[in-house]
Amino acid sequence: MSLSYLTPEFKVLRDYDKCINCKVCMRQCSFEVHSYDEHLDKMISNDMNCVNCQRCVVLCPTQALTIIKHPQTFKEHANWTYDAIRDIYRQAETGGVLLSSMGNDRPYPIYWDKMVINASQVTNPSIDPLREPMELRVYIGRKLDKIEVDENLNVKTKMPPQLKLETPIMFSAMSYGSISYNAHAALARAAEELGILYNTGEGGLHEDFRKYGKNTIVQVASGRFGVDREYLNTAAAIEIKIGQGAKPGIGGHLPGEKVSEDISATRMIPPGSDAISPAPHHDIYSIEDLAQLIYSLKEATDYQKPVGVKIAAVNNVAAIASGIARAGADYIAIDGFRGGTGAAPKRIRDNVGIPIEFAIAAVDARLRSEGIRHTVSLVAAGSIRNSADIVKAIALGADAVYIATAALIALGCHMCQKCHTGKCNWGIATQDPNLVKRLNPEIGYKRLVNLVQAWSHEIKEMLGGMGINDIESLKGNRLMLRGIGMTQKELDILGILAAGE
Amino acid sequence: MKTINASGIYYRDLNEIIKELVRSGEDIINLKNVNGQRYIGDNLSGTTKINIEGTPGNDMAAFMDGLTIEVFGNGQDAIGNTMNDGNIIIHGHAGDTVGYGMRGGSIYIKDSVGYRVGIHMKEYKDKVPVIVIGGSAGDFFGEYMAGGCMIVLNLKNDENIVGEYCGTGMHGGVIYLRGDVEDYKLGKEVIKEKIDDKDYAFIQKYVENFCQFFDYDFQKIMNHSFVKLHPIGKRPYGNMYA
Repeated sequence: MSLSYLTPEFKVLRDYDKCINCKVCMRQCSFEVHSYDEHLDKMISNDMNCVNCQRCVVLCPTQALTIIKHPQTFKEHANWTYDAIRDIYRQAETGGVLLSSMGNDRPYPIYWDKMVINASQVTNPSIDPLREPMELRVYIGRKLDKIEVDENLNVKTKMPPQLKLETPIMFSAMSYGSISYNAHAALARAAEELGILYNTGEGGLHEDFRKYGKNTIVQVASGRFGVDREYLNTAAAIEIKIGQGAKPGIGGHLPGEKVSEDISATRMIPPGSDAISPAPHHDIYSIEDLAQLIYSLKEATDYQKPVGVKIAAVNNVAAIASGIARAGADYIAIDGFRGGTGAAPKRIRDNVGIPIEFAIAAVDARLRSEGIRHTVSLVAAGSIRNSADIVKAIALGADAVYIATAALIALGCHMCQKCHTGKCNWGIATQDPNLVKRLNPEIGYKRLVNLVQAWSHEIKEMLGGMGINDIESLKGNRLMLRGIGMTQKELDILGILAAGE
Repeated sequence: MKTINASGIYYRDLNEIIKELVRSGEDIINLKNVNGQRYIGDNLSGTTKINIEGTPGNDMAAFMDGLTIEVFGNGQDAIGNTMNDGNIIIHGHAGDTVGYGMRGGSIYIKDSVGYRVGIHMKEYKDKVPVIVIGGSAGDFFGEYMAGGCMIVLNLKNDENIVGEYCGTGMHGGVIYLRGDVEDYKLGKEVIKEKIDDKDYAFIQKYVENFCQFFDYDFQKIMNHSFVKLHPIGKRPYGNMYA
């Protein structure tokens, strides 16, 4: 074993005037940073192990701890950055593919932040949502070319199945395995209370959560884990997972050590064996093959449930989405390149895919130009950070959004990006029972409800400001957006004018 | 027993009739003149036996959980896709991706199968899926295989018993080949071995079933050398990441 060239990334600062040697930090840290030195009679820390998840900082009863970025630097070099050098050290030591978690953390432009929202002044007066009705309810599913009514104006036409959302937000796919039982419990319960849906990911559906079926989207992905009759019959909708924004073009891989007895039962694979989701579905090599699986699932559920398709936002996303719409999908979820993950090769997370802002605008424009936009709903995903991002996504053409990273942050995630280690100190991205119990689903679900309710209220305020009283009237309404600091090409793709125009 | 002439019936209407009958507990359904109708048996459970004359379309028995389907003819693609339980007997050949993600039950095919058969087959507890093929198989046979058992008998002595990339990414289950296979065709995650008495005993009942369904002589088939393919480990990519 050669000498490791890696030095600590973070430094633990302990205020010894405040530290009372209570050892809370030591018990809380799954990365084993803190320990008690009997000889010195004081707490000491191993900075090398620190990931800056801040569990100890938050739990320290005397606020004695601060974590800072380690001041140790290399000689300044604009090209050979700190990360570039350290990644080489790590790969030269291990020969391994670099793993990372959560979304792309590179400093690409964030186009949400280059768009501003309109408001009414003088004409078309703004609306106060506190005093006037404001509709955030959306229906996800295929809409018909026309409907027929009888002489009493009752609708005669049978509508295709729809998902009713009380607010245009859903919890995006995260499998039981990538996140904990308690995290799933919080998401499922919050979805029920909010009148929205959460998504199982490709990890099967734990029997305890079947009672939330009407608020559950189940995924059918290339590994088909946990997919059986009951799974399909319990769900409100079925989503075929083709791709994920954090890792377009590659599959998933839950390492065997995370396949506990409980995970094994939910995924229906033997404990300890790798759960490998192949990169493609090997029965889908064309749009026609995709249509076959879509209709296989519709046939399996008697055409009673929407069947959606989730793809990563990539170069030709508009043409791909057109094909998916024509293949019979009821909704298309598009996941931008900043979308999160429980584990992805770092180079793929950071370099593959395109921003959701462009993808959703391009897809909406393409489907409208082909006259098929109404045949499919669009769900935008891949780093929706706040209610303004949602308003912008809908104005660019989305019907609703998926949130996942934001939901995990609400549950306590501190974005240390170490989900793949399975040692999440916040009890979210772990299967260690001692860590999982740190996340109280009772509290967690309330935090999720709070977040979505707060965002919904903010969306109403912004809608009201624009003089709009129904979220449907915002959909694809790009006149409500203006761009700042973008090239003409970028503005054209987004289909918006520059501020001042 | 119900007999349906499927000639000219749209697949959706045909399946609606079949579903109704299966759900009402019909013991035998005979389908005549089936001509490419898809999704027969999709997500159905029960003990009904469906006899099919003609050629059923793609995704037959997808997500199926019980039932026996016997096809007096050839099958098309994706038979037994993500099937959980039940039995399928094909008196002919079958297309690509038979048994994709299959978790339980059995599929017996008299003749050959296409590409990508048994991809990501898996097993769980008492569920151990089995596919027995009388002829040969195409490329990517048993790719990502995670459990279950596949047996290829090559009764017509094709030059290629399986195609290339056999067992690539395999991390569970077992493949038995009557005859031998060139090493270059095998995934690097696979070990090839001669079979022993335990293996003979294991495959015996499946080969017996095959002989009974398709009227072959059991001794004649078994009086031949077999090889077995199994994965090096349950964690083929365990050391790939830093």
